Amino acid sequence: MTVKAMTAKEVARKVIDNEPLFILDVRNGDAFADWKIEGGNIQYLNTPYFDLLDGVEEVVSELPKDRDILVVCAKEGSSVMVAEMLDEEGVDAAYLEGGMKAWSEHLEPVKVGDLKNGGELYQFVRIGKGCLSYMAISDGEAAIIDATRMTDVFLDFAQEKGAKIKHVFDTHLHADHVSGGRQIAEATGATYYLPPADAEEVVFDYAELVGGLEVAIGDAKIEIEALYSPGHTIGSTSFIVDDQYLMTGDILFIDSIGRPDLAGLAEDWVGDLRESLYSRYAEFADELIVLPAHFMIMDELNEDGSVAKKLGDLFKENHGLNIEDEQEFRDMVTKNLPPQPNAYQDIRSTNMGKITPDEEVQREMEIGPNRCAVR
Amino acid sequence: MNADKVLDAKGLACPMPIVKTRKEMKDMESGQILEILATDKGAKADMTAWAKSGGHELLEIEEAGDVLKFWIKKG
Repeated sequence: MTVKAMTAKEVARKVIDNEPLFILDVRNGDAFADWKIEGGNIQYLNTPYFDLLDGVEEVVSELPKDRDILVVCAKEGSSVMVAEMLDEEGVDAAYLEGGMKAWSEHLEPVKVGDLKNGGELYQFVRIGKGCLSYMAISDGEAAIIDATRMTDVFLDFAQEKGAKIKHVFDTHLHADHVSGGRQIAEATGATYYLPPADAEEVVFDYAELVGGLEVAIGDAKIEIEALYSPGHTIGSTSFIVDDQYLMTGDILFIDSIGRPDLAGLAEDWVGDLRESLYSRYAEFADELIVLPAHFMIMDELNEDGSVAKKLGDLFKENHGLNIEDEQEFRDMVTKNLPPQPNAYQDIRSTNMGKITPDEEVQREMEIGPNRCAVR
Repeated sequence: MNADKVLDAKGLACPMPIVKTRKEMKDMESGQILEILATDKGAKADMTAWAKSGGHELLEIEEAGDVLKFWIKKG
């Protein structure tokens, strides 16, 4: 085999650095329209592999000569075939190793900042799906918030940093991705916290994450303070870390706000959502840096790949925080909602421990964008 | 459903189920029905899209455990 692979990590770096790339996506049209590799400097052509079986001549003329070409499919097989066919036509093209599955699972760790008494805060950007997880490290101890199911990434990262994972939190019961929180806690002996109001149907033991809870990591005593902020789910909880960072879960994003319907009670929770955003958050210092559990569009990424912005800026710029009329707000978050995430009910059941699908099934359940927001 | 021919593509990963289906179809007459067995989950959407783009009629899809069954009438 002569064609070369490009890893999800390499593609992630290109996206973050805004480097030019041409993607020939050979999945079927619906899959491409639903979800693709996003980036500010990416050009696309979608031609399903089954339309190229007789030859790739028809697409060769549409491929640029001045940028790298990446062939992408769901799992890799078809993209290897098409890249080889292109190679035979004299076109230099790579394929995405592991396909969109690998893209969906890649986590890019980005340092968000230092903690006041020493220690560091990292954001794990799941760039293909828009999930954001966090690890705070101080004096050989770590806390993790909203871990995804790629638990090895977190375990290895903590080990590299010489930190023992002590506390694992989920801000709420996730509906768009399978949580890795419980597995990480089981593997490390850490405490796993969930908001009790989201955990009524959960079938495993957990520690109650309630407003006012404070935990510390390391001798430097990095404070992690929980704040009850319902709205996306009834249990949704935010965190203030080290008096500097506000982790908003799926309540507030950079360019949008959380949707209240994924646990089935949009009408009931819209009032809570408004209260959390317009009253509770409004009391906090403008200088707090908002760190959400998701991003939806690449424009929400900063230049270094992180997803973070001052709360004061969001109160100025985020449309969802600037709807004065309550009825208008109510309509926005309950009507014309985007499609619900793929398999969200099965994902919720998995996160409750009610079902334990094997890894391959969990992958399939998570395919697609996260869709946790309304704009 | 009665099929004129059965193709076993179980255990094959994408793109092979479509590659084999296409090859099989070439040897069939218009109006004949091919039954395809596959285990690649992606085959569901791809077979549907491929049949449409090739002018064939996807008559039915059935899921029995891990096995997907397709009946496609050649166009």
